[in-house]
Amino acid sequence: MNRATIDLWVGIFVTIGIGAVVFLALKVGNLATLETKPSYHLDANFDNIGGLKQRAPVKAAGVIVGRVESIKLDPKTYEAVVGLRIDTGYQFSKDTIASILTSGLLGEVYIGLEIGGDPQMLADGGRIAKTQSAVVLEKLISQFLFDKASSGPAK
Amino acid sequence: MAIPRGKVVAIMGGSGSGKTTILRLIGGQLRARDGKVLVQGQSVRDLSREELFAMRRRIGMLFQFGALFTDMTVFENVAFPIREHTDLDEALIRDLVLMKLHAVGLRGAAQFHPAELSGGMARRVALARAIALDPMLVMYDEPFAGLDPISLGIVGQLIRRLNDALGITSVVVTHDVYESLKIVDYLYFVSEGRIISQGTPQEVRQSTDPFVRQFVDGQPDGPVPFHYPAKPYAEELAARVA
Amino acid sequence: MSHSNSLSRGMRRIGAGTIRAISRTGFMFRFFLAVLLKTPSALHRLQLTAREIYFAGVLSLVVIMVSGLFVGMVLGLQGYDSLNKYGAGDSLGIFVGLSLVRELGPVVAGLLFASRAGSAVTAEIGLMKTTEQLSAMEMMAVDPLARIVAPRFWGGVISMPLLAALFSVMGVFGAYLVGVRLIGVDNGTFWGNMQAGIDFWPDITNGIIKSVVFGIAVSLIAVFEGYDADPTAEGVSAATTRTVVGGSLAILALDFVLTVFMFRGLGNV
Repeated sequence: MNRATIDLWVGIFVTIGIGAVVFLALKVGNLATLETKPSYHLDANFDNIGGLKQRAPVKAAGVIVGRVESIKLDPKTYEAVVGLRIDTGYQFSKDTIASILTSGLLGEVYIGLEIGGDPQMLADGGRIAKTQSAVVLEKLISQFLFDKASSGPAK
Repeated sequence: MAIPRGKVVAIMGGSGSGKTTILRLIGGQLRARDGKVLVQGQSVRDLSREELFAMRRRIGMLFQFGALFTDMTVFENVAFPIREHTDLDEALIRDLVLMKLHAVGLRGAAQFHPAELSGGMARRVALARAIALDPMLVMYDEPFAGLDPISLGIVGQLIRRLNDALGITSVVVTHDVYESLKIVDYLYFVSEGRIISQGTPQEVRQSTDPFVRQFVDGQPDGPVPFHYPAKPYAEELAARVA
Repeated sequence: MSHSNSLSRGMRRIGAGTIRAISRTGFMFRFFLAVLLKTPSALHRLQLTAREIYFAGVLSLVVIMVSGLFVGMVLGLQGYDSLNKYGAGDSLGIFVGLSLVRELGPVVAGLLFASRAGSAVTAEIGLMKTTEQLSAMEMMAVDPLARIVAPRFWGGVISMPLLAALFSVMGVFGAYLVGVRLIGVDNGTFWGNMQAGIDFWPDITNGIIKSVVFGIAVSLIAVFEGYDADPTAEGVSAATTRTVVGGSLAILALDFVLTVFMFRGLGNV
């Protein structure tokens, strides 16, 4: 086993090893989609964000246009303040509606944007005024039961 | 114990008598709790790490059975100390290694691996490695152990001739009486960590000391008893298990 | 023999054993520091370390990659079976990806590494000790820690993360073969859900950190056991066993500790 052979094999090993790490990062993880594109910041307030997490996608018409950057609680209004980072290529009107949705039954929680008719667009640092909070399952059930009860005895 | 410069001195004794310990004390692998070990006037115990390493570079050691590095060739084994401690270029190293191998008669075996060598050849390669840096002192730990008669003779002659030709001092730890008496200038007999006797080969051959006599003549019983200490035989036979 | 005698003897042996274990741990720690201190000279001879990366890493490639493939395929089969019951068959990609990258990659590759490369290193160093090669080196004023031990340690530390990554890649590929090709999960969904669900931070980076930590633990145990082995045939054999067992247990224990620290509080963050 001479030096040249060993060096060759070690070189191959280290190369494919690092290649494996890169492959994992790009193809298995989502390093490639990390923000390298220019983007701007928007805020949105919600009564209840449900299961929304940081780095959750922001979608418009089902297409990912950005990510949730931060989640904080406003100490005065006790509303959730969600910071969104949107790709510069996409502009949204001032009356855009931001809703918290779930993809599928067990899917992840994301923010859906529905554009409105206002000719003026939101700028960096702007706030989305119209928001729809997450649907909390327990409230839905209790609402259902309440409706059922108030519509009188069934039989 | 005094080992004069330029002489070949043998340290003899039975197994476990402490012979190898003496070598380890000289080389600094063991630290003496009492007494002193002086090499060229310096106390080994008081040396700093750098000084100890510097001293070791001037000492060559032949380990029992060679202790050659099994993953290198004969050539690389002998070249090892030269490469580690000098900045000589490869051409010069090659000349030195071949010279040392030639001195022990194994220049033609330079490309073998230790596993391919016979015991005697491995021993000689280890000797070449021990003298690679032209040390001032060479220590031999059981150099004759397990060798055939021809190899025995070769190793013995090499020890003597290299000592005289290179002007070095040699300490040979062994229990091979015959070979030692042929080549050494002085002998020490040790048992259980003490010097029992000493003398030139002539004096030893004519010694009347019972320990020396038992050793030199190879007698089974004497100051070193045949029976390992035990209860009296009759008592042991007569004992009944309760 | 009264009972109290054998009891006290047993207690004494436990006590002596515990003290021995503790002093060994202390010795290992000092050894670890000594090896770290010798690192500059080990890196100075890159050739030595490269050789050890070859013996530890390259020679483990086949074992690691084949195992990764099989583990991935089994994950694909079992995973789909369970997920499909909840109609979540499309999540196979993310399930397999997360399992491998976070846990199975570092842990299983680490266990395989401990038994293959770890035991080989222990046996090699132990044998060098038995044949007095380490002593000979010392007497030639060459520090065996720098020349023999440190390169093997770093060879292992460098090889481990690479092997873990390769294991994960082969695992994902195996799951792909089973899930997409065999069972019929949609190709796009498989990769899409996986990519959406696995983040570079924390999933992949934590997996890498884990494999580095495992590499340090296994390599340290391997070189230590070899260096500390009894210079006899039985001694070396016992040392290699300790490397495999100790290294494996260390990996599993460290995995638990690291997982707790890395993946707790993944709620809003």
